[in-house]
Amino acid sequence: MNAAFQAPIEFLKLFWAPLLCGVAVVAILPLIAGYIVLVERKIMADMQARLGPMRVGPHGLLQPIADAVKLLIKEDIIPENADKLVFWLAPVLSVGAALLSLAGLAIGPAFQIAQDINIGILFVVGISALGIFGIVLGGWASNSHYSLMGALRSSAQLVSYETAAGMALVSALLFTGTLNTKSIVEAQSKEGIWFALLAPVAFFTYLVASVAETNRAPFDLPEAESELVAGYMTEFSGFRWSLYFLAEYTNMIVVASVATTLFLGGWLRPFARVSWLNFLDFAPPLLMIVIAAYCVLRVPKQPTRVQQVFLLAVAGLCFVVALVLAAPVVLPVIKPSFREAVAPFYAGIHGGFWFIFKVSAYIYLFMWLRFTLPRYRFDQLMRLGWHFLIPLSIINVLLVGVALIAGAYFHLQGWGLLLVTTPAAIVALVAALLILAVEKEHDAKQEKTAASDFYAG
Amino acid sequence: MLDKVLFYFFAGIAVASAVLMVTRRNVVHSAIFLITALLATAGIFLQLRAEFLFIVQIILYVGGIMVLFVFVIMLVNLDVALQQIQFARQKWVALLVALALAGQVGLMFWSSKKMPGQGLPVLTAAVAEHLPPNSEALAKSLFDSYLLPFEIASVLLLVAMIGAVVMAKKRT
Repeated sequence: MNAAFQAPIEFLKLFWAPLLCGVAVVAILPLIAGYIVLVERKIMADMQARLGPMRVGPHGLLQPIADAVKLLIKEDIIPENADKLVFWLAPVLSVGAALLSLAGLAIGPAFQIAQDINIGILFVVGISALGIFGIVLGGWASNSHYSLMGALRSSAQLVSYETAAGMALVSALLFTGTLNTKSIVEAQSKEGIWFALLAPVAFFTYLVASVAETNRAPFDLPEAESELVAGYMTEFSGFRWSLYFLAEYTNMIVVASVATTLFLGGWLRPFARVSWLNFLDFAPPLLMIVIAAYCVLRVPKQPTRVQQVFLLAVAGLCFVVALVLAAPVVLPVIKPSFREAVAPFYAGIHGGFWFIFKVSAYIYLFMWLRFTLPRYRFDQLMRLGWHFLIPLSIINVLLVGVALIAGAYFHLQGWGLLLVTTPAAIVALVAALLILAVEKEHDAKQEKTAASDFYAG
Repeated sequence: MLDKVLFYFFAGIAVASAVLMVTRRNVVHSAIFLITALLATAGIFLQLRAEFLFIVQIILYVGGIMVLFVFVIMLVNLDVALQQIQFARQKWVALLVALALAGQVGLMFWSSKKMPGQGLPVLTAAVAEHLPPNSEALAKSLFDSYLLPFEIASVLLLVAMIGAVVMAKKRT
């Protein structure tokens, strides 16, 4: 009797903390994704000189809640000739993979769901790539041409861009010599410089590849609404459709977090080792106080009582966050002996703030790209991936390795490494462009001979 | 205890989905069960504290090869494929091979019981907390002791890849 219960109890004893964190993340993430959608609509509206959602709540702040309720009570339609089981499974697979990959991330030195896994960044990248099966199988199971086209495009696109992204990760990992997310950030803290500056070509490659991997505009061909209705999710509705949406936004958070960890210094403050910039520690609480004050200022302008109360509540929340952020930096100023006691709190809370700040900046960049660039054609997408990004990333790995050896030879460290890595980046870029030019010339020549043959025949 | 439960859980899933993969008539369902079997094998690797093998299994087999499999399957006309006879009728040959394999495995177990140290190698279990991080250990053995075989294998793969590209390309 006892033995049967032993295994689960043992399991709970070992893993109660990660389990609790996991449940919390799964519970909160739909809300965050909803608010990212709201922010995206607001930014789109701003870039197109409109207001965006304004009706539900002050400045549309309650819009995500209303949308979620609408999606949950919508009818869930399954096409008659669909493969029912796979149709049911596919969106769950997408969301599951996206949520699971969050487990490997270190958000601040204190907070990590899976405790210090050795394969850290590989785990995040590998598991999040499984989400493609949700898209492909969903597109196939719908038994519709548009869906199948979307699914095919999606798998071709992912396979093409995963190589470039992986190579970009490799050239950044050359600086650290470890895959552990925590150690990667600590390595950047030791060097005192972000890897985005040391490996700019890798950062650029990863940026482009991550846009393609998350199926975002200008690479949103799997769901190109002007050609394929909605691509792989054409036949999905209601809750299942919202699962795909959740998966897409979670994937955005995942790629942004990987980029933050690897290239943008993770939870570190900008210029964490420069002591005369220590006043930057006060930026987070000040920012929150400014937001709180702005909310309070806007209260009298709200038309209804409910909206006024809600905006006041938002202001209160921001103020509480500001107090939490302020405590670790203000207390040592009052009494220097507190410094030791609050140091771990400072690292945890402020680390979390900077991490989330950088992730948000990366996601903002995604939105900016989406509303600026027109959609690529599929052959253009493939050409960009195979003819430019993959050669570029492979050459870059090679040259970063050479630069690291040169750096070790001249005993360069930190900002000094820029002396060798910048020429390496420039050479890699020039070489990739040369390859592209040669190929273009070759293609043009072939087209010419093909055309002359056509007229001759 | 926990290790045993995890092992039988993953092993059960792997065996069951392998059987289902062979017996399903729909190719896409077979592919899904193959993915499940591969993931369960990855789970067994993780239970053995081989986390690097676990993630390599997932990235290479599930995330790479299986995506291409599914991609190709979707280009095939499934209705035609369903009407064709999918199972080669070689019952007796298959039975013979299976029996031979079972005999071999049984012989190994028998000999290891009869002559300890002769059949299955008996290794003492390492303490999980004291294992070296295994991506580092693997890299060290690959690039230190087995550098030449590793390089030869990569050249072989490169040759295969270039050969495939050359054969697939249209002759002009």
